[in-house]
Amino acid sequence: MKVSQLSVFLENKSGRLAEVTRTLANANINIRALSIADTIDYGLLRLIVNDPVAAKAALTDEGYTVAMTEVLAIEVPDSPGGLAGIIDIFSENKLNIEYMYAFVGTSGRNAIVVFRTQNVDEAIAALQQKGVRILTGEELHSL
Amino acid sequence: MYYWNKEAECISPDELRALQSERLVRTVRHAYENVAAYRKKFDDIGLSPADIRGIDDLPKVPFTGKLEFRDTYPFGMFAVPMDQVLRIHASSGTTGKSTVVGYTTDDVGVWAELMARTLGAGGTTKGDIVQNAYGYGLFTGGLGAHYGAEKIGATVVPISGGNSKRQIQIMQDFGSTVLCCTPSYAVLLGETAREMGVDTKSLSLRVAFLGAEPWTEGMRREIEALLSIDALDIYGLTEVIGPGVSYECMEKCGLHVNEDHFIVEIIDPDTGEALPPASKGELVFTSLTKQALPLLRYRTRDITYIYDGPCDCGRNFVRMHRVMGRTDDMLIIRGVNVFPSQIESVLMDIEGMEPHYMIVVDREGAMDNMEVWVEVSPEIVSDEVRDLEMLERRVSDQLRSVLGLSLKVKLVEPKTITRSEGKAKRVVDRREVYGEG
Repeated sequence: MKVSQLSVFLENKSGRLAEVTRTLANANINIRALSIADTIDYGLLRLIVNDPVAAKAALTDEGYTVAMTEVLAIEVPDSPGGLAGIIDIFSENKLNIEYMYAFVGTSGRNAIVVFRTQNVDEAIAALQQKGVRILTGEELHSL
Repeated sequence: MYYWNKEAECISPDELRALQSERLVRTVRHAYENVAAYRKKFDDIGLSPADIRGIDDLPKVPFTGKLEFRDTYPFGMFAVPMDQVLRIHASSGTTGKSTVVGYTTDDVGVWAELMARTLGAGGTTKGDIVQNAYGYGLFTGGLGAHYGAEKIGATVVPISGGNSKRQIQIMQDFGSTVLCCTPSYAVLLGETAREMGVDTKSLSLRVAFLGAEPWTEGMRREIEALLSIDALDIYGLTEVIGPGVSYECMEKCGLHVNEDHFIVEIIDPDTGEALPPASKGELVFTSLTKQALPLLRYRTRDITYIYDGPCDCGRNFVRMHRVMGRTDDMLIIRGVNVFPSQIESVLMDIEGMEPHYMIVVDREGAMDNMEVWVEVSPEIVSDEVRDLEMLERRVSDQLRSVLGLSLKVKLVEPKTITRSEGKAKRVVDRREVYGEG
């Protein structure tokens, strides 16, 4: 149910993002989704890739500091109110969403949104109770 | 020419030498009899206080340094019982513990006299209004200048540092004629006045006594133009007495050492050999009148030289050139002494912190700006910016409480900090505070 996400610490310097993506390309890693959180001095590049373990090793070898965290990839109906319905479930169960971002591909007719919450297991239970589909790592990578 | 105490300041070289010899003998005996650390140093080399019969015997006396203060923290260097100690001041030590100094009633009186000479050399009289923007507290700058100005009988405005707009407002409203602060703060005040649209020529301000950090002739010109005043350099350090150790006269050509109260030497920092005038080396001071904290051959770690020949002002006290560097890695940031080792010990106490850090000092406009760069480790990196920001804040809060300085902590990528021959370059100082020499 949980998907591994990599977070790479990057200083705000020109060319850094290019170097990271080049490193992943050379290791034959496919990036499936990404988002960047930034401050004045640095950013955190969050990545969902087809092989997180190999990607982390490749980045660490190149001297990057990488954290691995568990996130949820959730199917969201691609229609008005689709996302609102999902977020309502979090809200009703008092689960904080730390951040979220959209996945590049789709699952059938549905969009995929990556959610980060502190209480992953509680979130899974609450979402499944409402019949929301949560993708596994394999499902995500095979899209 | 201005003097506060012409008789003392223009003492003849022969009389001065005799006075120094007599006072040195007394100080050595006092230190030996009342401070265990001195007694041990003498006994270890088989030296008796009786062997010091005059100033020619000074080279026999062992050096003292910050180490003795650290080892005897807090009051171990005091030579009088605590009921005779009227005042305590302190400055940073190389590690967590500060260097603590004490003053008897007479010491406070001598200090006031020396600061009166300092302020008097720039023409301060009882008719002046002295705006004292040195920080009041454990730092010697605030109270040192305060007592000196009061001794002269001037009107003191004990405004302390900070709040630059209010400083300019008070300068205008009170008609301050004399300013005491750090040179970088004087630049900031000048710039603040300009931003406020205040023409400094219209102020009554005439002269400023600037010290507690290194500065340059270029900065002097800048300050004098910005504030339309004369800017004089003053020198001192907490261990010796605070400000008042040496001071410039209106010739602005070196700082006269108060030689009736301190013997100054310049030594080769590697060999400890005394160097002749005009040779650059480490400044060493011996106190001649201090009671609570007699100081024997204290190595300041400041690099400069002594001028050869007399000054046109008529004072016979020797002149030291403004401080030109340090023999150690101490930084002076906004008047506060900072040792990289203090920063390192704070970082090492924080879990997951890498020992890879760098201190970057710059001057933004007038003010010193210090950043501590720390490489992120896998232990501290997170997927959330908030975690990293909290870590930065935790480190900067901790550093501020230890150093007494606010600074910016910046997380950087691994391998950002240059490692050369196994020894990392820890300090990048872009201020060029010591100038061209």
